[in-house]
Amino acid sequence: MKPVTRIQSHTVVLPTRDIDTDQIIAARFLTTTSREGLGKNAFYDLRYDKDGKEKPEFALNQPEAKGCGILIAGNNFGCGSSREHAPWALLDFGIEAVISTEIADIFRNNALKNGLVAIVVDDDSHQWFMDNPGVELTIDIEDLSITGNDGRTTEFSMDGFARHCLLEGIDQLGYLRQQQDAIAQFEENRSWKP
Amino acid sequence: MSSPTTLFEKVWSDHVVVEETTDTPAVLYIDLHIVHEVTTPQAFSVLRENKLPVRRRDLTLPTLDHSTPTTPVSSFKDLLVAGEGAARQVRQMEQNCEEFGLDLLGYGSGRRGIVHVIGPELGATQPGKTIVCGDSHTSTHGAFGALAFGIGTTEVGHVLATQCLLQRKPKTLAVNVEGQLPPGVTAKDLILAVIGKIGVDGGTGHVIEYRGGAITALDMEARMTICNMSIEAGARAGMIAPDETTFEYLEGRERSPQGAEWDEAVARWKRLRTDDGASFDKTVTIDANKLTPMVTFGTNPGMVVSIENAVPERNDASFQKALDYMQVEPGKKMTENAVDVVFVGSCTNGRISDIAEAARVLEGRKVANGVRMLVVPGSELVKAEAEARGLDRIIVAAGAEWREAGCSMCIGMNGDIAQPGQLTVSTSNRNFEGRQGVGARTVLASPATAAASAIAGHVADPRDFS
Ligand code: SF4
Repeated sequence: MKPVTRIQSHTVVLPTRDIDTDQIIAARFLTTTSREGLGKNAFYDLRYDKDGKEKPEFALNQPEAKGCGILIAGNNFGCGSSREHAPWALLDFGIEAVISTEIADIFRNNALKNGLVAIVVDDDSHQWFMDNPGVELTIDIEDLSITGNDGRTTEFSMDGFARHCLLEGIDQLGYLRQQQDAIAQFEENRSWKP
Repeated sequence: MSSPTTLFEKVWSDHVVVEETTDTPAVLYIDLHIVHEVTTPQAFSVLRENKLPVRRRDLTLPTLDHSTPTTPVSSFKDLLVAGEGAARQVRQMEQNCEEFGLDLLGYGSGRRGIVHVIGPELGATQPGKTIVCGDSHTSTHGAFGALAFGIGTTEVGHVLATQCLLQRKPKTLAVNVEGQLPPGVTAKDLILAVIGKIGVDGGTGHVIEYRGGAITALDMEARMTICNMSIEAGARAGMIAPDETTFEYLEGRERSPQGAEWDEAVARWKRLRTDDGASFDKTVTIDANKLTPMVTFGTNPGMVVSIENAVPERNDASFQKALDYMQVEPGKKMTENAVDVVFVGSCTNGRISDIAEAARVLEGRKVANGVRMLVVPGSELVKAEAEARGLDRIIVAAGAEWREAGCSMCIGMNGDIAQPGQLTVSTSNRNFEGRQGVGARTVLASPATAAASAIAGHVADPRDFS
């Protein structure tokens, strides 16, 4: 994984609450066996009508949304299925960070493991982001802060380990494999065997 | 004396390999890893790239469920009914299992089925185990007092390679269900009511323990229905303390402990309960006596209403968007909506008691003209048992389709979908936009409500079909 220390981009706002992973990447696109190329199908049914034409009213289709890497989402983003295809699709689509008032557990875990920065902020800051689509923000993972181009700063918190892995680009499998001895000892010593 | 702890804490602490610190999550040992074709191909690729074996093949249970057709399969051509990508994914899974030495419960095993149906029915799901799968409804297995939760594909790779996961300890939420479910009201109605009450994010960051008289009165299959939908309330896992009902269900199953090991296991399982005086981070109480059959009216499982009441009104853009998608009107009952498709199946309600309940309602009656009804057993074993009991004949005689085992229309990855605008009454767990096909509208309900709706041709109260 590439280290992620700072993200600087314009925002695109998707105000709907409870955007589930089925909407991020529909089930019919899950029959893939690779993690590449899912971006073209991200939000497919929200982006396109039944004839495959772009829906102009959808936020991510608007001309000013092109190239925006920070998604401001409604409450409880990423609920539903555990499919990691959701963060893979968002990253491939060009989204580098998602900011909401609440982000579903499994989605957040999956996102951070892939370098997609999932951030929960307070209601007031969130409302300001919602009301100001397209602003340029700088997300600093070192300082855990979001700064607007007007100087407005919002702080957020993040699990220390997740932050460390992002900053250093650490692959968690490598970290787990360093625990091999402890794992073998646990298997040896437990009072019952599964 | 040590301080009182919850069921969750007992199972958690029994599996901690390395304690968590402020800087690092805990290393948690996994006792059972269920794997399937959809969420593993990229994980097997990671093993291959790193030249790693599967660490504990004996604790890994692979099957095929999502991308499989519900028509008979004896060749690759038959798999193509589900689409080319789906067929390739199934083939890839077969090859991965072969390459990594895993004993796949696939075609020809007689044991294939939905990940969350086969674990319990084989007796592999047991109290006190940690169980994971790359599928969010792994919460189902918590019905046995296991700590069971869904993981992403990266984590599937972690478990395959190390049999462990990096985890932060979640919080606990007690859902106390007092009283007794009235006649004609089922576990599905109860869990829909719980989600309606706490909301689709009410359990975020928590493990739920379902407690109280109305829960202990449930049989194992009903308890699985409850725990299954914990994720719909945002919770990672749902648990129910094991008791005699649990032990009776497990005794004699294929992978249950036998002989002296059985007695030892039961003695250990009996200690798996929340101590008196243990505290939860949050508590919610529900009165079962007041419940009725429930149906969803919107596009998430928290948008739920009693079959007796009208769809509520709310001044909220997301709420209105959901009603527009569903083409339902506030102030009107859901029973006013005509039905196009009825689906009985899934890891929520695709077990033998669910099929039997649908058959009970269908017996001697006919599915309404113009309604398509699919009944899809959750596993090949469920299918065999239903056929041994003659349930398939009742279902077919009523004009419904009796299909091969799998996830089917719950997720629509195999070609079993509803058409745009069609309304499906479904016993599955998600009514998200497009879940059962582009533009398809889903109403979640119990097997009895689904079967009643198939006969009536509109969303119907199952208590009128007793
Ligand atoms: S039945 Fe539905 S919810 Fe259950 S595992 Fe299959 S797709 Fe997932």
